[in-house]
Amino acid sequence: MSSVQYVLGIECTAHTFGCGVISSEGRVLSNSKSEYTPKTGGIHPREASQHHAAAAPSTIKDALKASGLALSDMGAIAFSAGPGLGPCLRTGATVARMLSLLACKPLVPVNHCIGHIEIGRMVTNEDDPLVVYVSGGNTIVSAYSDGRYRIFGETLDIALGNCLDTFARALGLQHPGVPKLEALANEGKNFIPLPYVVKGQDMSYSGLLTTAMRKAESCDRHDLSLSLLEVAYGMLAEVTERALAHTEKPTVLLTGGVARSVRLQRILASVCKEHSAKFFVVPPDLAGDNGAMIAWTGYVALKEGLDVDIGSSYIKPKWRMDEVEVPWRN
Amino acid sequence: MAELTAALIKKGAEAELYRGTWLGYDAVFKRRVRKEYRNPDLDLFIRGSRTSLESKLLAEARRNGVPTPVVFFIDLQSFEIIMSYVPGSPIKNVIPCMADAEVQQRFTEIGEMVGRMHKGGLVHGDLTTSNIIVDGKKVFFIDFGLGERTVELEARGVDIHLMRRALESSHHRVSKIAYASFIGGYSRIMGKAAEDVLARVDAIRRRGRYVDGER
Repeated sequence: MSSVQYVLGIECTAHTFGCGVISSEGRVLSNSKSEYTPKTGGIHPREASQHHAAAAPSTIKDALKASGLALSDMGAIAFSAGPGLGPCLRTGATVARMLSLLACKPLVPVNHCIGHIEIGRMVTNEDDPLVVYVSGGNTIVSAYSDGRYRIFGETLDIALGNCLDTFARALGLQHPGVPKLEALANEGKNFIPLPYVVKGQDMSYSGLLTTAMRKAESCDRHDLSLSLLEVAYGMLAEVTERALAHTEKPTVLLTGGVARSVRLQRILASVCKEHSAKFFVVPPDLAGDNGAMIAWTGYVALKEGLDVDIGSSYIKPKWRMDEVEVPWRN
Repeated sequence: MAELTAALIKKGAEAELYRGTWLGYDAVFKRRVRKEYRNPDLDLFIRGSRTSLESKLLAEARRNGVPTPVVFFIDLQSFEIIMSYVPGSPIKNVIPCMADAEVQQRFTEIGEMVGRMHKGGLVHGDLTTSNIIVDGKKVFFIDFGLGERTVELEARGVDIHLMRRALESSHHRVSKIAYASFIGGYSRIMGKAAEDVLARVDAIRRRGRYVDGER
């Protein structure tokens, strides 16, 4: 019998239903996804979950087909148990429980945020980075210490991606808004003062968003986009720099959906250069929410015996990353 | 004004610290450096406002009986504060070799000092274990760049919240006893006013993402 194991991961926390297959050697064999895009406004949790329920069968089939394996080849089924939107999490968990029962294989709950970190550590081969995790739902600067990923700085209210997406919609830009905002910002010339809120190591984006929305009527959209990005990314860069100075970690890893932002990459690379730290970015296809990151984290958790019975495979919509023991880091 | 002999002693997140002499005194030159990654207008605004604010708050804290470096000179052209050198090391580096009794005693004192700041109408804004220096029997507070002159509950609550977070993230082993002692000292100085602040600290914590009791 081959010593290589395979794990299938289900991601279903927000607007993405993802299914990925990885091998125990860290090869991503497949990573299929289907995204829910609201016609207007932000994510509607119930509609998102209905999309995911409809998209699940074909996405899972795609992932298995692309991996060249069958469900019976899997050593375990992993799923994102939180944090996220309740209806989405329930849909993903139901699908994962069913697959686990079908295949008679262990079920492993994974913390979504830690999934973003572990896939980044695996593909960059960096053991102990300071992690900057930015997405539509989370903005967290963290590092491993004493058994857990400790949070050094985070948003006190809305996430960076949420702030930028909402503003982009207000300007009438279609999803995904961040690249379009960055294109507008490249044409911006004047800096418009906006609230720059750093409290200790934490950031606040809600006041920034409100002010930017109010100014959207009267100010030039290029200038305003430039100013919003400068302030929003500047706050994150400052917090990252503080965490870097405080923890003295040798590397910084940028992960999460907003990691695709070239402007943010440039800014954080500059921070790293000043502190002689190496800078790594998760590749674009693994940056946003995806099943492979859940599969990989499920694999490392499975090795520690962290699989659960179906009866106790609860979802945890408010599962903070720093509540999770990560014994594989010891 | 800066001494040519000044030597770089620390490259912090936002400033460079040089040690030298100023009119014969052992001094630290804190220079807020330009950030390449920041928009130039935003950069000038942040460096200017923080330099001016920090120098005022350092002096004000001292007047309220909180040990801080003595401000000698401020240069708003080069965003530099010249202040007295404080020997000792950040408490962050000392905590790992402290016995529980010493943690208790130190954090009671730190709580009292933060109480004095708040009572005196100012908040520190960045209370972490990197910004408290221990020298023998005394604790000094530095880095007031994110501080504020205010008696608002919210700002006071954020101060305490940050201390708690710093303890939980970097000093897990002693965080419970350190925080309890800190609150003990703080309440002793603030009296009944501490209750409102502590209620706000819980509210701030709950406001965070995915915390038990979040509304």
